[in-house]
Amino acid sequence: MLRLEPRPEPSRAMSIASPLIALAITIVIGTLLFVLLGKDPLRGLAVFFVEPVKSVYALSELAMKATPLLIIALGLAVCFRSNVWNIGAEGQFIVGAIAASGIAMLAGKDTGNWYFLPVLAGGVLGGMLWAGIVALLRDRFNANEILVSLMLVYVAEQLLNYFVYGPWKDPHGYNFPQTITFLKSTQVPRLYGSYRVNIGAIGALVAVAAFWVLLFRTYAGFQLQVGGLAPAAARYAGFSSRNTLWTALLLSGGMAGLAGGLEVSGPLGQLTPHVPAGYGFAAIIVAFVGRLHPLGIVFSAILMSMFYIGGELAQSRLGLPKSLTGVFQGLLLFTLLACDTLIAYRIRWKAARGGAAPAAPVAAAADGALNPLVATNTLPAREGA
Amino acid sequence: MDQVALLIAATLNSGTVLAFAALGLLINERAGIVNLGAEGMMLVAAVAGFAAAVHTGNDWIAFGAGALAGAVLAAAFGALVIWLNTNQYATGLALSLFGTGFSAFVGIPYTQEKLGERASFEIPGLADLPFVGPAFFRQHPMVYIAIALTIAIAWFLYRSRAGLVLRAVGESPESAHALGYPVRRIRLAAVIFGGALCGVAGAYISVVYTHLWVEGMIAGKGWIALALTTFATWRPARVLLGAYLFGGVTMLQFQLQGEGVQISSQFLTMLPYLATILVLVLISRNASFIRVNMPASIGKPFFPG
Amino acid sequence: MTGLSKRTFVQLAGWGSLAAIAALSGCGKKEETTPAAATPPPASAAMAAAPAPAASGPLKIAFAYVGPVGDGGWTFAHDNARKALEKELGDKIQTSFVEKVPEAADAERVFRDMASQGNKLIFGTTFGYMEPMLKVAADLPDVKFEHATGYKTAPNMNVYDSRTYEGAYMAGVIAGGMTKTNTLGVVGSIPIPEVIRNINSFTLGAQSVNPKVKTKVVWVNEWFNPPKETEAAQSLINGGADVLMQNTDSSAVLQTAGKAGKYAFGWDSDMTAYAPNAHLASSIINWAPYYIKTTKDALAGTWKGDQHSWWGVKEGAIDIVSISDKVPADVKAKVDQVKAGLKDGSFVIWKGPITNNEGKEVLAAGTSADDKFLGGINFFVKGVEGKVPGGDKK
Repeated sequence: MLRLEPRPEPSRAMSIASPLIALAITIVIGTLLFVLLGKDPLRGLAVFFVEPVKSVYALSELAMKATPLLIIALGLAVCFRSNVWNIGAEGQFIVGAIAASGIAMLAGKDTGNWYFLPVLAGGVLGGMLWAGIVALLRDRFNANEILVSLMLVYVAEQLLNYFVYGPWKDPHGYNFPQTITFLKSTQVPRLYGSYRVNIGAIGALVAVAAFWVLLFRTYAGFQLQVGGLAPAAARYAGFSSRNTLWTALLLSGGMAGLAGGLEVSGPLGQLTPHVPAGYGFAAIIVAFVGRLHPLGIVFSAILMSMFYIGGELAQSRLGLPKSLTGVFQGLLLFTLLACDTLIAYRIRWKAARGGAAPAAPVAAAADGALNPLVATNTLPAREGA
Repeated sequence: MDQVALLIAATLNSGTVLAFAALGLLINERAGIVNLGAEGMMLVAAVAGFAAAVHTGNDWIAFGAGALAGAVLAAAFGALVIWLNTNQYATGLALSLFGTGFSAFVGIPYTQEKLGERASFEIPGLADLPFVGPAFFRQHPMVYIAIALTIAIAWFLYRSRAGLVLRAVGESPESAHALGYPVRRIRLAAVIFGGALCGVAGAYISVVYTHLWVEGMIAGKGWIALALTTFATWRPARVLLGAYLFGGVTMLQFQLQGEGVQISSQFLTMLPYLATILVLVLISRNASFIRVNMPASIGKPFFPG
Repeated sequence: MTGLSKRTFVQLAGWGSLAAIAALSGCGKKEETTPAAATPPPASAAMAAAPAPAASGPLKIAFAYVGPVGDGGWTFAHDNARKALEKELGDKIQTSFVEKVPEAADAERVFRDMASQGNKLIFGTTFGYMEPMLKVAADLPDVKFEHATGYKTAPNMNVYDSRTYEGAYMAGVIAGGMTKTNTLGVVGSIPIPEVIRNINSFTLGAQSVNPKVKTKVVWVNEWFNPPKETEAAQSLINGGADVLMQNTDSSAVLQTAGKAGKYAFGWDSDMTAYAPNAHLASSIINWAPYYIKTTKDALAGTWKGDQHSWWGVKEGAIDIVSISDKVPADVKAKVDQVKAGLKDGSFVIWKGPITNNEGKEVLAAGTSADDKFLGGINFFVKGVEGKVPGGDKK
């Protein structure tokens, strides 16, 4: 029978292969689904994987969709690596959008084209403020950050409603809930011609590099990671868990707020009740599928965007329901998590159960992991080996 | 007075959904496992329960179907998290996402369906008592079952040997393992039971609460149930009270709107969530209080020897 | 060291996937040859797989829906009209739809995609598509756009809407005749002018047969959320309302009324079957007359842009149906009278004097409200309790 046997040390090759295997399995299951539904599977796969990249327009749309996911996921990666579970990025996104809109509406006819910068800064600050509440409540009152950040998402949604139905409603908008269309000076400059992708995409890539440096080349990043992997060791080394908490939350909140600001000053051009698009939650998946690594996140953001856009196209091209997108995304994450065990374990055929237990099994200390997704590490087993 | 009685009745009804889900999650977390997939499980159970009700016309079979759906999903989650030791939070989120899409997908043929009109329930005699009658005794049997379940779970956790073992597993799986208990199987059992209860909650929403199936109809109640277990510090009676509190504030804000209260409706809608945060903060303030009550191994993977 | 098992596993996975895909593309090829008759479950979306020659083929029409086709309310009504359109015009047209298109940046992409698929007439069925449609319309002048419930037009974009307030008024007449507590309840979705207007019209209709009537309003702040709609309805009942109306999209309000032994109305579509004992009537929207007219115009080349169409009972777009037998004959007669008056234009719902619920007269005696007035209503008439959320902005 098949047995899972711990590896002496995590396999690097599998680290890279695992997401690919997961993707392959998801594709296979997807293909089966298409056939069961009576659709041509090749067309189905083409809709998801080929159509979103087959023209410059398509690529621009893909980039536009992937940018907020990427930005938010970068911040969340830092958070999750530090063992701070910010599930409320959606709320920080919304408040960032609100703040950015507030600044945008202050623009006058003669404001220069640089104005989008304060608008985006407003977004960052808004997101940081909202995440700061979570940090404060956790710091002072020990309130679990998962729940507080989640509840604040709902509060943020209502706050948004309040503004667009109330004080910020467009006076010439026939009482419909939306703000004025923002002036051109507040809009984030587009990259090229009439395509919708804007410099936010470039900014996102710059952020990728910055985050990579932060996480893997700076002392601060080191502190954050150790705090997440082995809190006891961090305490012993004098790393402040309070600093970690605030840094992680403010950083991820700021990134989410930036994404919100980009959304309202970019493709939307105004604040509406429909700003919450679920990016905050999707970014959590993006972060995990990208294994909390900035480079991996670039790929997973693109992949998730392809699923989104593909799901949309699948409706008009194939008559498939939109809910399939969620099914595929969930499947991908499931299979990825399952495949990740192959990093720490290998599959072996074992004739009987009688064999001696593997020497020095890679048992976990109660804290953390080398790869946060896989719960094993190379610390010695507690029972002594 | 009449209005207060009706408000109480509505609160009990609204809180029962949360109570079932939260009690299930409580058992999960007492064994040390956090299942963030509550929302997804409830959705799949809602469609399963609704489909069962449409095809058999029997509400109790529908609850059973919902429980089964929840249990199956929970078992898959459990297998990943307990045997393959995947990250609990990520796996739970994946389950939520998958459940949302899957339920919407499977539920497509059922969106037009309707269940027959159902009798309203009341306890004869007691239901006619002034004030307490309309307040407490005109509820669907599930409301009373929720209360009974809370008592049963409290008894199980604190007065039975099996409950003691479960708590031990939640506090220190290594010690339980050293004592010879099959930790992983106990955890799996807890996860499946929790999933079944979430499933019952989901089926209750689609079969009793609204008689409808529409995608996404759980609308966040799964996440709220998760919050409830924490701010009830993992004690069953408090979970029930928390569920009623949340349900009560929800109904209250509608009531206030109907009375023409001059607070913007958006702020009133925020009330339940703000109330949750407030109670959470109040309870968590004392760090040692939380540490004493929280099962110590929540979220952490366990590796037998 | 660990090589063998890992490599074997990866190889197996790789070959397995390839084999599966090869086998399935074999199946796939068979499917290509069967014509696009493979209809997906239950909705019938004609696939763009059978390409028609550009000039003389059927007119391709696309619909963008904000909700799921099965919501039993708003989107359901639109889709029914689409099916009626297909039935009426047969193979002169080819329709398709995309459901659950969010009212945000994504909508723009969907519209462009529809246009790139050869659709020449595109319908967007909710207010939030206005800005995205405008942008796409500006870029694609040879595609015709129709936007529901909006207010901005373009040379190739029209606005269309239905006078749901007429249905609300007629429902109000029935409600006024049926209420015993003289308290009516409305479960409101989102406080936009249309919904405010409906609440007001409902109250005016009720007051026309029962001047003592009051209306309570509760806001769900969403178009569609059955559990919340249930709770809202319950709270209205708790507050004394015995006849309910809704502006939300599911049948939850009706079913809650049924459970409590009260009355309610169906909205957007006929909801009798959901709670036969509680159902008094359904105020429905029939989009088919408009869709058929505008499509015929497009086919004949007489389609004009920059139009605002607001159709009601007169044009067959609004009706009140399935009036229950419980409604007394004299109330039914009044409803028929109103309906006939709306059909021939002799009856005007919004005729002064009308006062708002703060005592101020908003429509002078003898004047009839014009469409502009109706379009911007942001006050409650006398008899409605509470303030419009978002307040008055004069």
